[in-house]
Amino acid sequence: MATLEGVAPVRATSGRRGRDLRKLLLHLVLLAAGLAMVFPFVWMLLTSFKALPQLLDEPLSFLPNPWTIDNYVQAWTSVPFGQAYLNSAYICLLSVAGTLVTASMAGYAFARIEFRGAKVLFVVFLATQMIPKQVTLIPFYLLMTKFGWVDSHLSLIVPAMLVNPFAVFLMRQFVLTLPRELEEAARVDGCGRWRMFWRIVLPNLRPGLAALAIIVALDVWNNFLFPLVLLNTPDLFTVPLLLTSFRGQFGTINYGLVMAASAIDTIPMLIAFVIGQRKIIDSLATSGLGGR
Amino acid sequence: MTPRLAPVAPATRRPAAWRRRDRRWGWVFVGPQVIGMLLFILGPFLASLVLAFASWDGLTELKWVGWANFADQLGDELLLRSIVNTLLIAVITVPIGLGLSLLIAVALQNLRTRSLYLVLFFAPVVTSTVAVAMIWQQLFRSDGVLSSVIASTLHIDPPDWLGDPHLALISVCIVTIWMSVGLNTVIFLAGLQGVSPSVLEAAQLDGAGPWSLLTRIRMPLISPIIFFSTIVAFISSLQTFDTVFVLTSDAGPDNATRTIVYHIYDLGFGRFEFGPSSAASVILLMLTLVITGLQFTAQKRFVHYESD
Repeated sequence: MATLEGVAPVRATSGRRGRDLRKLLLHLVLLAAGLAMVFPFVWMLLTSFKALPQLLDEPLSFLPNPWTIDNYVQAWTSVPFGQAYLNSAYICLLSVAGTLVTASMAGYAFARIEFRGAKVLFVVFLATQMIPKQVTLIPFYLLMTKFGWVDSHLSLIVPAMLVNPFAVFLMRQFVLTLPRELEEAARVDGCGRWRMFWRIVLPNLRPGLAALAIIVALDVWNNFLFPLVLLNTPDLFTVPLLLTSFRGQFGTINYGLVMAASAIDTIPMLIAFVIGQRKIIDSLATSGLGGR
Repeated sequence: MTPRLAPVAPATRRPAAWRRRDRRWGWVFVGPQVIGMLLFILGPFLASLVLAFASWDGLTELKWVGWANFADQLGDELLLRSIVNTLLIAVITVPIGLGLSLLIAVALQNLRTRSLYLVLFFAPVVTSTVAVAMIWQQLFRSDGVLSSVIASTLHIDPPDWLGDPHLALISVCIVTIWMSVGLNTVIFLAGLQGVSPSVLEAAQLDGAGPWSLLTRIRMPLISPIIFFSTIVAFISSLQTFDTVFVLTSDAGPDNATRTIVYHIYDLGFGRFEFGPSSAASVILLMLTLVITGLQFTAQKRFVHYESD
């Protein structure tokens, strides 16, 4: 980019003007596309502040008139949203913490420790990524019945803490990028594997751990099928699951209420995203590239 | 610990005692994940393969039925429709979604205001699928904003997005693409950073236009990433569930948006037919493996690796 910029003055002025025009056009197209992308959110907000009569306007008016927060009051009081936020938050926190520990331990072992069966085991971890989670849905549910974990958060938290083949793979990739000398030096000083992992490896893995935390948190927060099957009591519901209480009401006239409920679900996430956008986008790009 | 001084490869330079201890430590470190793997993935997976040959509702006696579940399922119009719908969603959303992402990534690549646009494109990615589907359900309403705009600008009767069986599936595809375009854009952007500007400049000097720069230079150079994203996108669209459960309220109208995972869910938790439901899961697994296998075969022709 810098070099192209530098070359520009040499070109004929008409060429330059053409380039500026094209750049302006590009910005216009991108801006239109970007606004189209966020339009559903904008419309959600606008609709959520409208009172019922306005939803029947023909054609629909853009801005609420008058603005009202009745929909929010009704959405918040008709279902236990506060409880759902607490549930989602602590399920997320425990799942992420557990995954960070177990996956970085396993990733470290696969990257650095020579032990019998390591290669076969690693292939198993790679291969199971091919099994769609939904394939195990029925037996998993039956197992949770056996454990007495149906309608309990344990059925969501414990499995998430203990197994995540992709996280193991990702952490292995991150460990491989660390210089071996760090550990060699610690070993010469008489440091054993256990202490080496916690004192030397883990602190140096911090960027990788942060990326993994974001990926797992989003995954757990948005998980839907398993909570849907495993939880029955509304007080135990996660945020997306609770939101489906408003589902299928497209026959109902006051969909401002549905939009208010959706806003209660999405706005905190969107705010968190805008604050941490750089880190979040980079983390998901890393995971999308398979840790490359 | 007496270090033996033998100047060979780092792995063998380690003292024997250390290596002996490593054999134990290895299993300690992978232990938690291995237990989780056996208990929550491999165990249920094998059970699923077994249950596919049984008839069971979870309460009465389990009965072995051999291949009957598979025969029933493959003759079941509902499963066939689920497979067709799922494949349609994949075939429509993957090329369009990835194509759009690639175009956006190329357009954004050299802009200084890139991160500003990225926030707009990426917002749906961090939103839960359920919320996304709830919002779009209201946009698609017959008295909703899309219909209102179409009616007042084009002066035609607005389409019945979620009520018409064909349009309902298209609506699911639109929402799926909207949700995923931002993620693939940042992945392609990351890949495009690796394309050296000098290669592009050289091609430009040789008279390559924007289109051939894209198809002849950029796409071959990032083809491993395009290939990887295609597989991930394909597999995830084979698992479509949240959108059809919420957006088209239980895969309606009249099962027009029923997908394989919805079928598995419906058989298992709507009717408690665990055997047939497991058979349908095995069919999903087979489909996933066959399609991924085909893509890996195709890769040999289209994917260009640096070392070539």
